[in-house]
Amino acid sequence: MYADLNVILPEIILSVYAILALLYAVYTRRDEMAGTLVWLTAAVLTVVAIWIGINGDGARSAFDGMFHDDGFSRFSKVAILVSTAAILVSGQEYMERHGILKFEYPLLVAIAAVGMMLMVSAGDLMALYMGLELQSLSLYVLAALRRDSVRSTEAGLKYFVLGALSSGLFLYGASLTYGYAGTTLFAGIMDAAQHQAPLGLLFGLVFVIAGLAFKVSAVPFHMWTPDVYEGAPTPVTAFFATAPKLAAMGLFARVVHDAYGGIAGDWQQVLAALSVLSMFLGAIAAIGQRNVKRLMAYSSIAHMGFALMGLAAGTAFGVQAMLIYMVIYLTMNIGTFAVILSMGRDGNPVTDIESLNQYASYAPGKALAVLVLFFSLAGVPPLLGFFGKLYVLRAAYDAGLVWLAVAGVVASVIGAFYYLRIVYYMYFGEEGDELDADRSAVLLSVLAVCAALTGLAWLPGLNLFGIEVLAQAAAATLVN
Amino acid sequence: MAIGLEHYLTVAAALFVIGIFGIFLNRKNVIILLMSIELMLLSVNINLVAFSSFLGDLVGQVFTLFVLTVAAAEAAIGLAILVCFFRNSGTIAVEDINVMKG
Repeated sequence: MYADLNVILPEIILSVYAILALLYAVYTRRDEMAGTLVWLTAAVLTVVAIWIGINGDGARSAFDGMFHDDGFSRFSKVAILVSTAAILVSGQEYMERHGILKFEYPLLVAIAAVGMMLMVSAGDLMALYMGLELQSLSLYVLAALRRDSVRSTEAGLKYFVLGALSSGLFLYGASLTYGYAGTTLFAGIMDAAQHQAPLGLLFGLVFVIAGLAFKVSAVPFHMWTPDVYEGAPTPVTAFFATAPKLAAMGLFARVVHDAYGGIAGDWQQVLAALSVLSMFLGAIAAIGQRNVKRLMAYSSIAHMGFALMGLAAGTAFGVQAMLIYMVIYLTMNIGTFAVILSMGRDGNPVTDIESLNQYASYAPGKALAVLVLFFSLAGVPPLLGFFGKLYVLRAAYDAGLVWLAVAGVVASVIGAFYYLRIVYYMYFGEEGDELDADRSAVLLSVLAVCAALTGLAWLPGLNLFGIEVLAQAAAATLVN
Repeated sequence: MAIGLEHYLTVAAALFVIGIFGIFLNRKNVIILLMSIELMLLSVNINLVAFSSFLGDLVGQVFTLFVLTVAAAEAAIGLAILVCFFRNSGTIAVEDINVMKG
């Protein structure tokens, strides 16, 4: 019993922190301490991340295999916690300026982080469902955080309805899986689904994949993404685009390899189809977008397509490629959203891409950072984003999915257009009103760090900061 | 005629499909969406309990209890968001949820 609790100690500490802070804030009713809470929460998240990062070795499981603490979950947890902390601190000033910094915000984010940690460690359909819902319910509320705005509440409502639908699909698949495997433990499902799985189990698998595809916003389950990204307050959008995506991809990898690893041939084709549809829709639909938040929504759909390509390979190298891709995606997106958060005119946030016209003439340093980030998002060598794409393409190629790799290259060329167009606006756009000069030190340093990581990681001595080795060790614990 | 597992599964599948259609075909009222979601979750519960009894294994019923609890929390959050939306827009008709194109 105590040994089990010991394994989930990081989650317990984080939830106890969130509950105590929530009680304290509710009883004292002080929204002015929200700023402090943001920093405190970010500090707690970072400390837990460091603790998980240096403390863990080997694989332990708790509660009869319902919860796994292994290399894969630790890798994902550290990435989730660090990116959540970065998003929290970079959104603080924006929320304060627009009067929506309430104490619920950091605490809901912390609770969502607990849910994400449970998701990537789940070893049982029940544990998985509880983690997924803990995260989703917090995210629904976060999307509707700006209670007096039609857009924000509409985003919350849409997200809620489609999220609940996806939970329903997932649950229906889970119930079929339980019925035909006789257990909800992943290890037991693995035994039941070897080589020739019963038809009921395959139906279950399809429903489970459909439910999870909603969470990673893969086509054809993506329709909520642009509206929710546009309507939610920008710091919340930044959060949606980063940590929950990694958590959902980690969960996806965990389910397909840990539970359905014996019937890889059956889910590989589904994932390959999801991947190719996401890449193309994300690349083509983004071309017509004028709102940078909607554009980032389609960009995230396309990037999820690439990450799913790694997963569709069905090998340990594929999982490694997916993890590398996701970490790179997080780095680029945190930097990009630091820029979007700083965009404003006369104190009001603007999200029109044409407002970036001639940005380079009055903010050359930031424009250069955006250029690096967008070139990297487009996958231009030698920037970080190129290596992410290289890994997933190689994984797909090695697994014999040559058509998928070719489709990926074509889609990334199409997708490069809209990133490069923004860069064009910044350097050669028409003269127009300038954006406000934003002197937020936090945003500037987040942007500088992300742009430096993105721009310099290819240098020979740095070797992508060793992320390759770490991801390899993480993938090896999941696939064997 | 003895009532076997397949009958329960058929009822659950029918309820599930009704729930999904309720979400996609309903053009009137958001409350009906919430009811459809609830219907989907309850059909899953029928599935789980039927399998649990058929397999002689309690895990399915434990799962059902979790699903019921989460469904209650979900309904609470959904209604709270709906109230906020109604305050801002003055309507809960599904066709009016279209400030953003999508």
